[in-house]
Amino acid sequence: MIRFENVGLRYGTGPEVLRDISFTLPPGSFHFMTGSSGAGKSSLLKLMYLAHRPSRGLITLFDRDVALLKRDEMPEMRRQIGVVFQDFALLDHLSALDNVALPLRMAGADEGDIVEHCTEILRWVGLGNHLHATPSTLSGGQQQRVAIARSVINRPRLLLADEPTGNVDDGIGMRLLYLFEELHKLGTTVVIATHNEALIRRFDHPRIHLENGRLHVLPANSAQWV
Amino acid sequence: MKTNGASLFRRRFDLPLARDATGRFLTWITALMVYLAALALAGTLLVSDMAGRWDRGLAGGLTVQVAPLAEAGAASLEERVETAVKVLSATPGVTAATTLTPEDTARLLEPWLGPAAADPLLPMPRLIDVVTDGTVDTRALDERLGAEAPGSTLDDHAVWLSDLRAFASALQIAALGIVLLIGGAAVVAVVFAVRSGLAIHRHVVELLHLMGATDRYVARQFEAHVMNLTLKGGLLGLGLAAATLAGIHHASAGLRAGLLPDTALAPWQWLTLAAVPAAACLLAVVTARWTVLRTLVTLP
Repeated sequence: MIRFENVGLRYGTGPEVLRDISFTLPPGSFHFMTGSSGAGKSSLLKLMYLAHRPSRGLITLFDRDVALLKRDEMPEMRRQIGVVFQDFALLDHLSALDNVALPLRMAGADEGDIVEHCTEILRWVGLGNHLHATPSTLSGGQQQRVAIARSVINRPRLLLADEPTGNVDDGIGMRLLYLFEELHKLGTTVVIATHNEALIRRFDHPRIHLENGRLHVLPANSAQWV
Repeated sequence: MKTNGASLFRRRFDLPLARDATGRFLTWITALMVYLAALALAGTLLVSDMAGRWDRGLAGGLTVQVAPLAEAGAASLEERVETAVKVLSATPGVTAATTLTPEDTARLLEPWLGPAAADPLLPMPRLIDVVTDGTVDTRALDERLGAEAPGSTLDDHAVWLSDLRAFASALQIAALGIVLLIGGAAVVAVVFAVRSGLAIHRHVVELLHLMGATDRYVARQFEAHVMNLTLKGGLLGLGLAAATLAGIHHASAGLRAGLLPDTALAPWQWLTLAAVPAAACLLAVVTARWTVLRTLVTLP
């Protein structure tokens, strides 16, 4: 599903923020990504959702060498990746429903189906009464749930989440993790960057740990980090 | 399931372009440009009409003017006119030679001289309208007329008709140049507006790009926005141009002298003018697409 081989990333002429990153995430796997602030979690996620190209090394995504992808092949590839951004990245002028609908509209889905599916998932994340609310009228936790609903609405093959439970209480956080679990059971590969150790302990999944730009893959509930 | 019915049919734009102040000027710029282009085009159509009328009315024609002579011993004006007509009738290539009556001549001069043109005391020349098949040797004819009917001069329509044609062509080229300049300015205005929109909403564009939006998906949003603005502006400009042309026609219709060409446009000419906003809109949409696609190529 995802394979990194000796990947390095630097911004401009600055120092490498990621060095010699090598790992493989099999299809249908579930990983937490941990590491202190500035360790490179967001940069690694950006490489995974094709926002950046690596400075060196090889990235293989869905069995395709990313460096060899033609530009017109990239949108289709990106549509198979759901992303929950740390700052939610919701469009302020659109309602919650229209924000969630974006991936489906880009894929050219039928408008009737779009409204039905988006309404259903927003109800599932507890926002059934806020379908037409704009992000500015929603709390941080509600906005995060809209962002999560948007990331999973088109059942992506790969789901990447950057601190998806950072602004919600434990109950909602747990519920969102169960949503990710459901997607995982349906075959979606999931990577969740989080600092929430309680959440990591609650779910039995391996973790990718970043430290000073280098990566370590650890088995589920590894004693070294728990 | 309770859904907002209106939202199902409401036109959605992922990019909030309608809120941009920079885009709104496009409506007014388009209105001005369509107004000027429509007037330039109307001018071209009128000049083209006028040139056509000149061609139809004057091609293959000559005018012989026999002037009154004050010298003693000269033949009378009537005698010289008769001689000139005989010379003309005997000239190969001349198919008709008709002498205009003094009343006809006075009527022709009335726009310049007023009712005084009919004054019998005024020494008026006599005019002979000549129709040819285009093969007349005008230089030889002029010499013969000068020798046999002194005081007569030959006016070959082809000479000044050619000048008029050249003048009409120059006007048409100038009008075309104006329309092209206006089109060029419209393209620049659209490029500026679209680039501003892309800069203002760069974070949204990048987000859509990362979510898998194709460049065409993003470009369509700009196209729809630009079409909306330019269509409004174009219709406004066309309305103003139509009002201006109607005003000019009304003002020229009130002139007593027939010095100006007919400024009334035919229905097909109005239809041609109505195509100006559509053309402006099409040009703007194509420009918007080109600008967006060229800019988005820089994204990874």
